Amino acid sequence: MGVDRSGKVGWLTTTVDALVNWGRKNSLWPMPFGTACCGIEFMSVLASRHDIARFGAEAIRFSPRQSDLLIVAGRVPIKLMPVLTRIYEQMPEPKWVISMGACASSGGVFDTYSVIQGIDNFIPVDVYLPGCPPRPEAILDGLILIQKLIEKDSLHHYKVPQGEGAT
Amino acid sequence: MLPKDQLTIVLREKFPEGFIEITEFRDMLTIHIRGEHVLKLLRTLKTDPRFAFNFLSGITAVDHLEMEGHARFSVVYHLLNQHEARRIVVRAWVHEEEPRLPSAYPLWKTADWQEREVYDLFGVEFTDHPDLMRIMNPDYFEYHPLRKDYPLQGRGERDNFKVVKRSIGSKWPSEKGFE
Amino acid sequence: MTLEAKALSTEKMVLNFGPSHPATHGTLRVIVELDGELVTKAVPEIGFLHCGFEKLGEHLDFNQFVTVTDRMNYISPLCNNVAYALSAEKLLDIKVPKRAQYIRVLMCELSRIADHLVQIGMQAVDIGAFTVFLYGFRLREKIYDLFEMVCGARLTTSYTRVGGLMRDLPENSIPVVYDLLDRLPATLKEIDGLLTHNRIWLDRTRGIGPISHDEALSYGLTGPLARAAGVDYDLRVKEPYSSYEDFDFDVIIGQNGDVYDRYIVRMYEMWESQKICRQVMDNLPGGPVNVDADSKYILPPRPEVFNSIEGLIHHFMVTMENRGFTPPVGEAYVPTESPNGELGYFIVSDGSREPYRVRTRPPSLINYSAFPRMMENMMVSDAVAILGSLNVIAGELDR
Repeated sequence: MGVDRSGKVGWLTTTVDALVNWGRKNSLWPMPFGTACCGIEFMSVLASRHDIARFGAEAIRFSPRQSDLLIVAGRVPIKLMPVLTRIYEQMPEPKWVISMGACASSGGVFDTYSVIQGIDNFIPVDVYLPGCPPRPEAILDGLILIQKLIEKDSLHHYKVPQGEGAT
Repeated sequence: MLPKDQLTIVLREKFPEGFIEITEFRDMLTIHIRGEHVLKLLRTLKTDPRFAFNFLSGITAVDHLEMEGHARFSVVYHLLNQHEARRIVVRAWVHEEEPRLPSAYPLWKTADWQEREVYDLFGVEFTDHPDLMRIMNPDYFEYHPLRKDYPLQGRGERDNFKVVKRSIGSKWPSEKGFE
Repeated sequence: MTLEAKALSTEKMVLNFGPSHPATHGTLRVIVELDGELVTKAVPEIGFLHCGFEKLGEHLDFNQFVTVTDRMNYISPLCNNVAYALSAEKLLDIKVPKRAQYIRVLMCELSRIADHLVQIGMQAVDIGAFTVFLYGFRLREKIYDLFEMVCGARLTTSYTRVGGLMRDLPENSIPVVYDLLDRLPATLKEIDGLLTHNRIWLDRTRGIGPISHDEALSYGLTGPLARAAGVDYDLRVKEPYSSYEDFDFDVIIGQNGDVYDRYIVRMYEMWESQKICRQVMDNLPGGPVNVDADSKYILPPRPEVFNSIEGLIHHFMVTMENRGFTPPVGEAYVPTESPNGELGYFIVSDGSREPYRVRTRPPSLINYSAFPRMMENMMVSDAVAILGSLNVIAGELDR
């Protein structure tokens, strides 16, 4: 019944899934890793006009261990990349990552010696937001995309892999 | 402050070995001097009541590898006299073989971080600096990136990091393991 | 049984702030050595956002680099645009028309208001008062709207060009500016009412992180930090650029150089900025916003490019790789009064169309270098208040 090792999906799983996903998607706790301009636009989203609280994601946590959505807002230079990796690893599963803005997604205009050319080279990313910086509406759109991703999620997918690659 | 030709005479008399020349471009005077004498010159400019440049606005450097100059590097000091609102530029020239000159820290504390920055980006060393170490780049960085012979895209420093994979499951429908 | 009065022996403890910490405004790291709660030593580590701006400047031409200057100081990008354009124009020896100068002043002063609103808001958030941030941001959004109307972008404005502006103020933006200036006093009074005489705010800021007049000069402090310490030096008055000499405003000087005085200086500066903006709007001269089109510094108007061969050739002459305007061999530095202090671009040219070397005089870096001095004999909780008052912008700090 429910989650079992055979991989079958039972009626209980889907019902529980729906409940859990509903809860999860409406109470995302973002951890803003705001380094540059995008961090300021993220501040706008928090403030009164755009008000991210309408999407249940206003509980900003600066501790990776308390959050489930990592928003990488801004460029990531070589000195910061190990920090970002560590923060990602410290977040508990399930976790999602938004790469916000051109710099985080691809390096943007900074094709220089010290800027990482896209954080997805080193950590997994779920949603990319275009723009330099993305408008607050785009950030909300990215949040909705993450929510849609969560809707399709299932406890079944979080089966701990056996053997190789298990952590 | 003294006009250009008088200033030249005064400085040539005071620093016979170090002084090179004074140039003028768009109303801004630049004093060119050999690196090892720069601290004495700065002290004179700060304390002598004829100059009274009490404020060090910035320290930077220029690499003259592809441009004519008196030596490979020039360390540039922007000085400001706040009483008369006058500015002057001092350029201290140092050679490539031994890029070393005295620190301006005894005169202005702001020299601390700015000299560290010049050291990090150009590899010019400052003697008697309290704590000369890299400031912008990580400690393991091997080069001095603002030198003209260092490429804009770097030498692969940005490509070499630990890759983290998703630890459990996979979240995108296109990836394996998601219906 | 008698109790002996004996000093409690404590061991020194080392505490690490950042680089990812809510109060570090981006990416700063401070290592503090504590004796109980007293800070004995604070060592900042920077460079976490070093992106090679200056190297990039050597590979982009004068107009291309304007877009990159936005990303350096993302709280008041227009001030950076203007500072870069002024240095490039000094190098090329161009004088922009009066209207362009006035519009630049207007935009800089609005940026100053926006910057100080965020600074005060964020500092209040760090100390524990969230409301000020929301009130300040409400007005900042209005300023964003205006920037969007004028430049097409909220944050990364890229408004100036060498030899003028991207475009003139649109006709419909003028009532918006007046509306903005009418709303400003209410917001400032609200913030004033929330903070200036607030017991908690006073306790957290008065006497915290003081710096004396002479030390401020030695550390190279400029802007509100220096003026809070009693340094009477405002570049807008002492070395006027972009027609600042035409406007009548006061320079706010503090006495104690502590966090509270910095807050007061910033608050009153916003009132003064509002005065300047009104004067600009009331006396806005007519005429073009760019230098003469024949001078080959600016792009021709779009219809001309599409409809005439001369216009097209002109466009190519400015933008093509091996064409474009070239300055003489030389160097230029124009200091400007950005919201954080003296900001200027030192441009060295070797006569080609890209600068040979671009250097920013970053107020954030130089102001932040006085942080260890300000932290001496302060409590660990004051670190947040002092850091907030410095308004360190990581992009400009590390470049």
